[in-house]
Amino acid sequence: MNEAYDVSHFLAGLMLVVSFALIYQDRLLAVLRTFAIQAIVLALAVAWQALVQDRPNLFITAGLALGLKGIVIPLALHRMIFRLGIHRDVEQVVGVGLTMLFGLALTALSLMLVLKATASAPAVAREVLAIALAIILLGFLMMITRRNAVTQIIGFMSIENGLILGATGARGMPLVVEISVAFSVLIALFVFAVFVFRIRERFDTVDVEVLERVRGDRT
Amino acid sequence: MNEWVYAVIIIPFVSAAILVVLPGYWLTARLNVLASFLTLIAGLNLMRIEAFSNSYLIIDNLNIVFVVLNTLVGVTTAWYSASYIGHEIETGRITPASVRFYHAMYQAMMGAMNVALLANNIGLLWVGLELATLITVIMVGIYRTPEAIEAAWKYFILGGVGISLAFFGTILTYLAGQQALGEGLPAMSWSLLHANAGKLDVPLLNLAFVFLLIGYGTKVGLAPLHAWLPDAHSEGPTPISAVLSGLLLNVALYALLRYKMLIAANPLALQPGPILVVMGLVSLIFAAFMLYQRRDIKRLFAYSSIEHMGLITFAFGMGGPLANFAGLLHMTMHSLTKSAIFYAVGHVAQAKGTQRIADIRGLSVSHPGLAVALGLGVLAISGLPPFGVFMSEFLILTSTFAREPWLALLTAFGLLLALGALLLRLQGMLFGEPNEPTHTVKASPVPVVVHLILILIAGLYLPGALVTWFQRAAELLG
Repeated sequence: MNEAYDVSHFLAGLMLVVSFALIYQDRLLAVLRTFAIQAIVLALAVAWQALVQDRPNLFITAGLALGLKGIVIPLALHRMIFRLGIHRDVEQVVGVGLTMLFGLALTALSLMLVLKATASAPAVAREVLAIALAIILLGFLMMITRRNAVTQIIGFMSIENGLILGATGARGMPLVVEISVAFSVLIALFVFAVFVFRIRERFDTVDVEVLERVRGDRT
Repeated sequence: MNEWVYAVIIIPFVSAAILVVLPGYWLTARLNVLASFLTLIAGLNLMRIEAFSNSYLIIDNLNIVFVVLNTLVGVTTAWYSASYIGHEIETGRITPASVRFYHAMYQAMMGAMNVALLANNIGLLWVGLELATLITVIMVGIYRTPEAIEAAWKYFILGGVGISLAFFGTILTYLAGQQALGEGLPAMSWSLLHANAGKLDVPLLNLAFVFLLIGYGTKVGLAPLHAWLPDAHSEGPTPISAVLSGLLLNVALYALLRYKMLIAANPLALQPGPILVVMGLVSLIFAAFMLYQRRDIKRLFAYSSIEHMGLITFAFGMGGPLANFAGLLHMTMHSLTKSAIFYAVGHVAQAKGTQRIADIRGLSVSHPGLAVALGLGVLAISGLPPFGVFMSEFLILTSTFAREPWLALLTAFGLLLALGALLLRLQGMLFGEPNEPTHTVKASPVPVVVHLILILIAGLYLPGALVTWFQRAAELLG
């Protein structure tokens, strides 16, 4: 049981580290690669849970994480970035140091919050859950500090990564939910893709700030 | 007798699959109405079924009220949207290709909302609400104007954040139930969780409720989580504004109420009532002030929806049989009235070619029919007698006054503020010299008339059967 605990803890921690890397990467392609790494680590973590909890159907979730979010989506976004000619773009709204400090504070917050509230839950579940919340909050932070539609998509998907990590950490949570999460990611991609193309069509840019300038005198 | 339960869910999804392959606006618009009507019949039949629950679905007195209201407004909105979308095709704002998707997505959205309302599994509840949200995101962006895309983007980002938090709350609820109910499906079934509420893990349950409140509260449009709501209402097609205000907000509130019942059943956990009271009151007063600065007619009524959702949340937060009864009644009245207003507003905007309030003048001269519909709707939503909204607001105020006089004063203050703002705007739009341009609009009066008659009847005389029906639902809410 000790080994089970160590490995799942290690993989969850690795995902958190990658989340921090996502925050400070300022080139689009680097952000995309980092996200792919996070998805692959997620796949490993889910597969490990499938093994430890003896729930083979979790391998489906792991496979989806690896195939869809580790390979297919990054490749698709990669192509799109090149087609739009924004692969050299650099963007950072708030300074790296400040964002990292915020990230640290959010991580500390989620650890204190979840560990305190889940005193009676099994150790693996509570620590994975604490880290999952930290990943989710870091995803929010990324969406707030970025102005580019593509990086906001990646921030959103890293939130989904955190959610799946948390859901699989909770022992025996029924498959219904995992399928639905994977399903929702698909829909999310569809929605996002539509938007990115439409944004491009209308404004010749994927900078969300341009969208906000459209507001004019509507109140 | 469970077939009707499945029919409420299956009819919309099957119709969506059929509508997406059928060409032609004339046919799909009528099939859309027909499918909604069949769903309404299935929904009405639920009233004859006794309460039951299995691992995935639940029927009790509470959600039947929501399902019937949902399917009823579904029919009238489908009817209304037939004439509205017809006009939009003529003016070229919507391409025939997107109309086909529009009708299919309309049915899929109704189906997703019914799934959320009938779900006993808290994961399924989340899936239904998420699906309905994603579909409305696409519908809001359907005009493809820069404003529509901005609104849809904002809706998606904020809705996505809310949805993720709600999902995290769902995981925490499962963990809270896991020790008492064991692993697997039982710990996700709402009825089992509710029956064993006393044995749930209290700190986990508290933490879960905070996440669920923020997550689903975003979807209800409670201040300060409401930022997506005005944009989404103003930029999408008006039938969608009507279902957003009249139905989707209710479904999100229903999810919140289910969790409120769960946490209230555990005496050691935090008390959800005061939190809901504060959030509801803040939304009510904040939205009432914001009403004065609106320049866009659909945004005006979007803020009015925030105001009324705040009032309803406030009533449910107060709790007790009378306040819950008043809350349910007000929710029903608000859905019927607000969708009737949006039906009128949609045609007003088409007749004037603009949504700017300043550019809409003298409707009573140029479009008397529309002016009467809009005027009656606004008088009703402001809470003036003899309409049903007056009755439900009166009930909320008196039941609050008996228990917490200060809160009743604050509520009355918010309601009067909103009344002033709405009447001020209404006067400018209805009277004065009509301005150019005006277009003729072929509008079917049926949806507006049906809704107005229903709220008028409710205001004059509530049938005894309806009262007992609502009372039983209010008792469940505790």
